[in-house]
Amino acid sequence: MQARSYPWRLSRGRALLLQGGVLLALLALLAWCWHNASLRLAAQGVSSGFGFLQREAGFAIAETPIAWSPADTYLRALGIGLLNTLKVSLPALLLASALGVAVGIALGAQSRLWRRLARGYVESLRNVPLLLQLFVWYGVFSALPPPRQAPQLLPGVFLSGRGLLLPAPLADLRWLWLAGAALLAVGLAWALYRRRWPLPVLLPLPPLAAVGSWWALGAPPLWSLPVLGGFNFHGGLLLSPEFAALGCGLAFYSASYIAEIVRGGIDAVPAGQREAGLALGLRRAELMRLIVLPQALRVMLPPLAGQYLSLIKNSSLAVAIGYPDLVSIANTAINQTGQAISGILLIMLAYLSVSLVVAALMAWWNRRLLQRGEA
Amino acid sequence: MSPLPFVLAAALGGFVAPALAGTTFDAVKQRGALRCGVNVSVPGFSSPDSQGHWQGLDVDVCRAVAAAVFGDAGKVEFVPLNAQQRFAALQSGEIDMLSRNTTWTLTRDAELKLDFGPVVFFDGQGFMVAKALGVSRAGQLDGASVCVQSGTSTEQSVSDWFRARGMSFRPVVMDNFDELNKAFFAGRCDVYTTDRSGLASIRMTMSGKPDDYLILPDMISKEPLAPAVRHGDQDWADVVRWSVMVLIEAEELGVTSANVAEKRDSADPALGRLLGRTPDLGQALGLPQDWAFQAIRQVGNYGEVYQRNLGPLGLDRGLNALWTQGGLLYAIPAR
Ligand SMILES: N[C@@H](CCC(=O)N[C@@H](CS)C(=O)NCC(=O)O)C(=O)O
Repeated sequence: MQARSYPWRLSRGRALLLQGGVLLALLALLAWCWHNASLRLAAQGVSSGFGFLQREAGFAIAETPIAWSPADTYLRALGIGLLNTLKVSLPALLLASALGVAVGIALGAQSRLWRRLARGYVESLRNVPLLLQLFVWYGVFSALPPPRQAPQLLPGVFLSGRGLLLPAPLADLRWLWLAGAALLAVGLAWALYRRRWPLPVLLPLPPLAAVGSWWALGAPPLWSLPVLGGFNFHGGLLLSPEFAALGCGLAFYSASYIAEIVRGGIDAVPAGQREAGLALGLRRAELMRLIVLPQALRVMLPPLAGQYLSLIKNSSLAVAIGYPDLVSIANTAINQTGQAISGILLIMLAYLSVSLVVAALMAWWNRRLLQRGEA
Repeated sequence: MSPLPFVLAAALGGFVAPALAGTTFDAVKQRGALRCGVNVSVPGFSSPDSQGHWQGLDVDVCRAVAAAVFGDAGKVEFVPLNAQQRFAALQSGEIDMLSRNTTWTLTRDAELKLDFGPVVFFDGQGFMVAKALGVSRAGQLDGASVCVQSGTSTEQSVSDWFRARGMSFRPVVMDNFDELNKAFFAGRCDVYTTDRSGLASIRMTMSGKPDDYLILPDMISKEPLAPAVRHGDQDWADVVRWSVMVLIEAEELGVTSANVAEKRDSADPALGRLLGRTPDLGQALGLPQDWAFQAIRQVGNYGEVYQRNLGPLGLDRGLNALWTQGGLLYAIPAR
């Protein structure tokens, strides 16, 4: 193709000069605004600065992935907030992707019933504000029976309005034995699989090996089981209703957008590709997995990245249903210290960093796909 | 909703003018109405009734100031604010005064640069539980789930209290008052903590079944609730302070909305001075001669305001009785 000429384009040197000038002017304007704003805010008693980060926070936090006591600093509290934001966003991202792909495929399914169902899902979830959906999820999860009447689903698994309680693995070196045995069994199963042993026989091998070695060790207690005492359960692993509601809300909502992206991606794959696949004798599922989805992925990635970012940002609705995410904890810190400006700046900075990391990861993945496509 | 819009408003304002121009008092007079920040909905303190008229003790405090300034208690624009927004709204100049069950603390006074008026309700933080829980004292609450609203002084007080006793609890923190109430009444928490007056209001008006809930006798903090204005605007602070103070003074002196005219024209010279037979007190504040008269006539004395608003919640006067009756209310003399 012949290179077109753009008469309005400046020469390279001039363009640089112009851009530099605009940038400088912008920076000067920002600096002036910042100066004025901080003068005025100081006069109004809105303090700025970051000294408060080293002070004792003095409040309790419900969910803490790392150790926390109210005697710790605001900085640590905000760190816990950020961890909580990631703790709910990442599983929600995975769930939303899986669900979105499934619904997206169903949107283009041959069966009319599947298509209708998928369309209904997408339209209803996309058109109801996320906040309302969160309230519904939260209502459902907190309406479960109170702890004292909570049903035991499996040994050590309870479902109550205070959350889902699971056995939690204890930090114990003997887990290594179990893991080793399971790994060996996986290797063995793999070898047998190549000799065309049937899967139903092979799949139970690793878990059996783990249980067997546990038994051989004398069946030591490696789990902390939840037990009811006083008001609530103690021990075990707690998935709180706040976590569950926020995670499900984000995942099901984002899945409705991801589904559309997936459908669009699939539509963008030229029909010839499918026909060629069918001609090779591939089954429909194989066609989807081996031919269509890998090519659709290239079209899907950029909008998908945007969707992931908005899922993470949407997690800031957490405080509405009592999940201690970054914004919720920063709000408390701002309320106790009066550091509104610094607090909001920190929130923005944290979201910006997370977004940049996610965007970079997605861009890297995109580049790899493109390179592979070119090779 | 977050306080962000107010903070941004404050910051953006700064881009244009680096300092607040004029005093609040001038601005209020020019506008012809008082902009008063109140609670969104805590019946007894501040809530709109079925006709949309604002009712409550905090609301009447705003009205008393408007009556003193304009001679008309109706000249108030009520600005409903949640816990998070209230201080930013005051700092940004969005409201002229804050009258929203707000605790007077050193940090808020000095760090947020506010000036607090007379205490209009001596309160303390408490606990509410479902009777079915079988708890009668706060000491039995180890390990409980506790519902608290963010943006309040409550979050820290409850942490302090449990920490000081080596007890543990699990907070459920929400910024939205309605959602928090719903969560508590759905059984998400064992305990609800906030000011005991707030608990009384929530129990009475939002539980649906007040008899199923119990407010524990323990008081874990002091929460003196007072109106607030921006720091550094002394003339305006004086107006607010004295407009509220005369309501207490009136109760001490036996002046009510019904008999205020009669009292003004009585032989008592002190009463005559207070109620505006002579101009000096009003002049000193820059207010009309009948400022106190109008406040009392249109709003009532403190006792009337209390009965009207908090009587229906079954809150007895307790600490909020006059000092002559075993309470803490003591009007600084208006003379
Ligand atoms: N006095 C305390 C608490 C005041 C407060 O905000 N109380 C809550 C619970 S009664 C409330 O009024 N919430 C209503 C709302 O935010 O809409 C303070 O000043 O921080």
